[in-house]
Amino acid sequence: MKYAEILHRCFRCGYCKFTLDYENFNCPPYRKYRFDTFAPGGRMWLIRAWLNGEIENSERFQEILYSCATCGNCVEHCAFTFRENLVDIFIAAREELVNGGRIPPSVRDYFKAISIHGNPYNLPAAQRSSWAADLPVQSYDGQEYLLYIGCVGSYDERGRKIAQAVSRNLIRAGISFGILGEREPCDGNEVRVLGEAGLFEYLAENNIALFRQLGVRKIITLDPHAFNAFRKEYPAFGGDFEVLHYSQVLSRLIESGELKPGDFPVRVTFHDACYLGRHGGEYEAPRRILRAIPGVELVEMRQNRENALCCGGGGGNFFTDILGGEGDSPSRIRVRQAVETGAEILVVSCPQCAKMLEDAIKAEGLDDKLVIRDVGELLDASFREN
Amino acid sequence: MDRIVQALVEIVGTPYVSDSAEERYFYGRDPGLMPAHAPDYVVLPRSVEEIQAIVRLAGREKIALVPMGAGMSLSGLVIPQRGGIVLDMKRMDRILKVNEAARYVVVEGGTSTGKLHAHLNRYYPRLRFSTPDSPAAATVAANVMIHGQGRLTQQQGFNSDMVSGLEVVLPSGELCRIGSCALSDDWFSKGPPLPDLSGLFLGWFGATGILTKVGIKLYPRKKMRDVEIFITDSPDFVPGILYELTHTEMAEDINIFAQPLPLIFSGNHHIVIYFTGDSAEEMELKKRILFHALDGFIRNKDGGFMTVGEGMKKTLLDMPQRSATTFADVTKGGGFEYSGPIVPIDRYPGCSRKLDELAVKYDLKYHATARIIDKGHAMMFAFSFTFNRADEDMLNRTRMALSEASEYALSIGGLFWKPTLDEQRIALEKMDPQTARLMKRIKEELDPQGIMNPGNWEGI
Amino acid sequence: MYQLKFDEKRCLGCPDGACLVQCQYLNFEADPARKEMVKIFRGEDSPVLQDCVTCYACEEYCKRGNHPFYLINERREDKGILTAPRAITRQWIHIGEPKGKYELGKIGKIALSFGFMPQLKEITRGRLFEDVMPSYFFGQEFFCNVVYIHFADTKVFKERLPVVIENIHKLGVEEVIFLHDECYAAFTSLAPAYGMEVPFKSVHYFEYLYNRLTALKDRIKPLNVKVVYQRPCSNRLCGDSHLFVQKIMDRIGATLVQRTYQDETALCCGSIFRAMYGYDLMADVQGRNLEDMAQSGAEYCIFNCHGCMNALSPLVAARGMTPLHMIDLCRMAIGEKPEGGQ
Repeated sequence: MKYAEILHRCFRCGYCKFTLDYENFNCPPYRKYRFDTFAPGGRMWLIRAWLNGEIENSERFQEILYSCATCGNCVEHCAFTFRENLVDIFIAAREELVNGGRIPPSVRDYFKAISIHGNPYNLPAAQRSSWAADLPVQSYDGQEYLLYIGCVGSYDERGRKIAQAVSRNLIRAGISFGILGEREPCDGNEVRVLGEAGLFEYLAENNIALFRQLGVRKIITLDPHAFNAFRKEYPAFGGDFEVLHYSQVLSRLIESGELKPGDFPVRVTFHDACYLGRHGGEYEAPRRILRAIPGVELVEMRQNRENALCCGGGGGNFFTDILGGEGDSPSRIRVRQAVETGAEILVVSCPQCAKMLEDAIKAEGLDDKLVIRDVGELLDASFREN
Repeated sequence: MDRIVQALVEIVGTPYVSDSAEERYFYGRDPGLMPAHAPDYVVLPRSVEEIQAIVRLAGREKIALVPMGAGMSLSGLVIPQRGGIVLDMKRMDRILKVNEAARYVVVEGGTSTGKLHAHLNRYYPRLRFSTPDSPAAATVAANVMIHGQGRLTQQQGFNSDMVSGLEVVLPSGELCRIGSCALSDDWFSKGPPLPDLSGLFLGWFGATGILTKVGIKLYPRKKMRDVEIFITDSPDFVPGILYELTHTEMAEDINIFAQPLPLIFSGNHHIVIYFTGDSAEEMELKKRILFHALDGFIRNKDGGFMTVGEGMKKTLLDMPQRSATTFADVTKGGGFEYSGPIVPIDRYPGCSRKLDELAVKYDLKYHATARIIDKGHAMMFAFSFTFNRADEDMLNRTRMALSEASEYALSIGGLFWKPTLDEQRIALEKMDPQTARLMKRIKEELDPQGIMNPGNWEGI
Repeated sequence: MYQLKFDEKRCLGCPDGACLVQCQYLNFEADPARKEMVKIFRGEDSPVLQDCVTCYACEEYCKRGNHPFYLINERREDKGILTAPRAITRQWIHIGEPKGKYELGKIGKIALSFGFMPQLKEITRGRLFEDVMPSYFFGQEFFCNVVYIHFADTKVFKERLPVVIENIHKLGVEEVIFLHDECYAAFTSLAPAYGMEVPFKSVHYFEYLYNRLTALKDRIKPLNVKVVYQRPCSNRLCGDSHLFVQKIMDRIGATLVQRTYQDETALCCGSIFRAMYGYDLMADVQGRNLEDMAQSGAEYCIFNCHGCMNALSPLVAARGMTPLHMIDLCRMAIGEKPEGGQ
């Protein structure tokens, strides 16, 4: 297993579980399960035990490994120098499970769907751009930017609304962009983090070839997961593109005056997406957009930026639902944190966060207190209202 | 389903019971060197009532019980020697009340020191507690249970001395209040002026009962905090230096460290002096007094105040001090363990030389750290070795070095701190026989079935 | 072996005994001063050997080319008279020990020396250095080893300095710009005083900065700020570089406020006194120096040495002045914004 030489260096001290100031536990599965085995230190020791033959692959072991949301809180807060590889280690362990052929059924189903249909919904490629039916969104044909929507934005009901809002903003600003529609492939980020290295390699190579063939130079992603894959993982396969998250593009347009948001008086709070924030290093672009909308009052949750609590959708859990949504699941804790700020809107920058947190609001019975809006949707609304 | 699992599920709920191989593996070991012993069950209780029910179940079924916090003693104190049920207390992590005027806080049995630290920082900027050097996940209850130390130990004594009350579940399942809280709503004393019953529980590692609530004293937190380091080239000067420093009553914490690497530290003993104040004047006054206390040593060239760079200062002032934990990875091996006996401060030179000797004999990477307790009435001297968990031979050599260190500590009149099972046995053997017998009577009276963290404080 | 070039005759014929007369810590008239230095040279006991605080100033005060402080240092070592506590000296010897962890940039004929001060690596950015960067070297292998003259020691630099000279020579550099006084003084004062050959040209960074500012003068916007300058002990070993302070200030439109403790009467930062003597002398010197700075109404206190900066920055800031390194001040003058300011 890759990184196996790091495993024994874990001291199981527990710094990985916390926020920076120790106010709260911030590892999503640890918050839910509360067994130390579900914290990063637990995984490190158990993976080592498994590789040494001291324990066997079991349902519980798979649950422990696959409940990790790959949120990166441990990478941020572990006390040791090998912290930067922690999430890599958990993914490497999943790769070992995949190679051994004994993985949770939901994970296997995910790989199957991607392999056969190119998306986790088992829906036809032809439906991939139906979200854009009523919009003057062009097909990609050498424009300055490729707008990459991703599977969630293309097929998920909630995700589509975000795709529409973001597109409207880009059109408004006169950005030259196009979408791939039915030709759009899966970026593969979830395939990779769920441990199917071979399938990910296949996707990456094919996608890079496709992009090159089409002359793609710059990519705007809707989903931070795609942002991560294109920016951090594709270069190893020869992918050399300028990759931006749409919040970065929109915030630049607002700053340069090309987009002038309208009034939208409301109190909001902002949830950092793990793959934009901790993994992507971008905490400010969405906030700049919010602060630029007249009337918007941005109140921060205590756990923000590097200390944000993951919605629980990462690590493939959005699709496999292993971390789940009952009881003290992170998404439910997160919406409670949002309500505490007195905000009416919990703003997100990722379609997966949007869906996870919306479901959590329903489960918590907080529908009358809080709604979810993607930052692109809020910006869009500020224009439409005026 | 296993009958016991069923019973536990009825008490705490399905998600919070496990008899899986994974939990049994993880909770059967700690990051130190003690051998592993798997529990049969791991449970995560949330309330006192749940704990009482579990204790009564264990009593009926004669199953061993091991309450634990974060398991960071490193001396194997919560490794279940006879299987049974591990109670991971960390779900009971509320901060129940802070009484600002009387300066105390009451926390549940699984509240982490990190959470308490953050809570006070945010809501009570004029109050602090004696933050230990252990990782933030360590619990307040476990820290006082093992007579841990912290940043205020130089001024106030062991962290257990700063306990202001306890709530305990006895091995019978009964709930008991210890201290002023037995008579009133206030948790300002763990015993005095009445007979002090806290000694029936503190230091027993759970062998006499489970701490479900702990009151601890809080102390004034000043706005400023700084650190200076006095270095000397011989351990023989250290006791005299400490005596002078403690006489001033100006210091917060006083630690000493000595290590061969990195080279900048080699050959010297570093006395790290922390002090606090609410104003620049107060800080300057304390600094002046502390400096002048050591004029004699400076004049004789026996020691001097070194320049503390910005990076080093930041590391030293960090609370909890993460560098205490990162020592574990010096060999890129993820482990360290120390024997940290409590000794009078004049034993420092002997301990320091002994440690150098052991490190050479067993070819180990090491450092010495010491912390002053209660204005110099004693010190904790740590013979600390860092090891590579994947190197079996190194693990064995480390065990041998620690064993010799313990022997030495006893021979010079020291007391084991958080003793391993072996050290407990040695202590009981060497102890005044009447004292040992009294301990045995207490243990048998409170825990006649011997189900509470068995193996500990036994064999009298 | 290396021997200090000290000429007794120069002391005998000295008109003013300036070294000990001007000394800020001892009390001598001209005639006794002359005699005392001769006594010291001849190996006799002298209160100077106990009482000198190692501020280096007499190296500057002596206008006759002798080396009074280097002599005091030699005699102390001969007699086993320690200045610093043994532990401090030991620590410093360890700090300067070559560790094989040096760094080399793209070395050309001209190179910057960072000694082994990491702060110097951080501060050397921007246009001022673009004609020589990335030609630089860093590490204990290039450490000047001058600091040990504070500690009544000549053995360490006699052993290490020739190796350092060789290390630099091996890089093929012909000219080195030194970013710290002691580095520069090692090769222009100490090495020659001991007869060590230096096969490269040494340039003090003040001179380099002045020349660069002249070349970039179209970019300079006068700063119009009042500043005070903290002159380090080490600058006494390379007094020629001090002349550039005023010249730089004039070039960048900064007013160097005249104060009591400046030029030859400058006060050192006191961090060595702290290690050697404890509280009182350090507090006295720092107190007088800061009071003097505060009265000037200056906005910035300009530093030449990171040792001084570490010791005095908090005190300077508490008095409402911003601590800033000379390089950062010059960067500001050409419109560059150094991060962090220090």
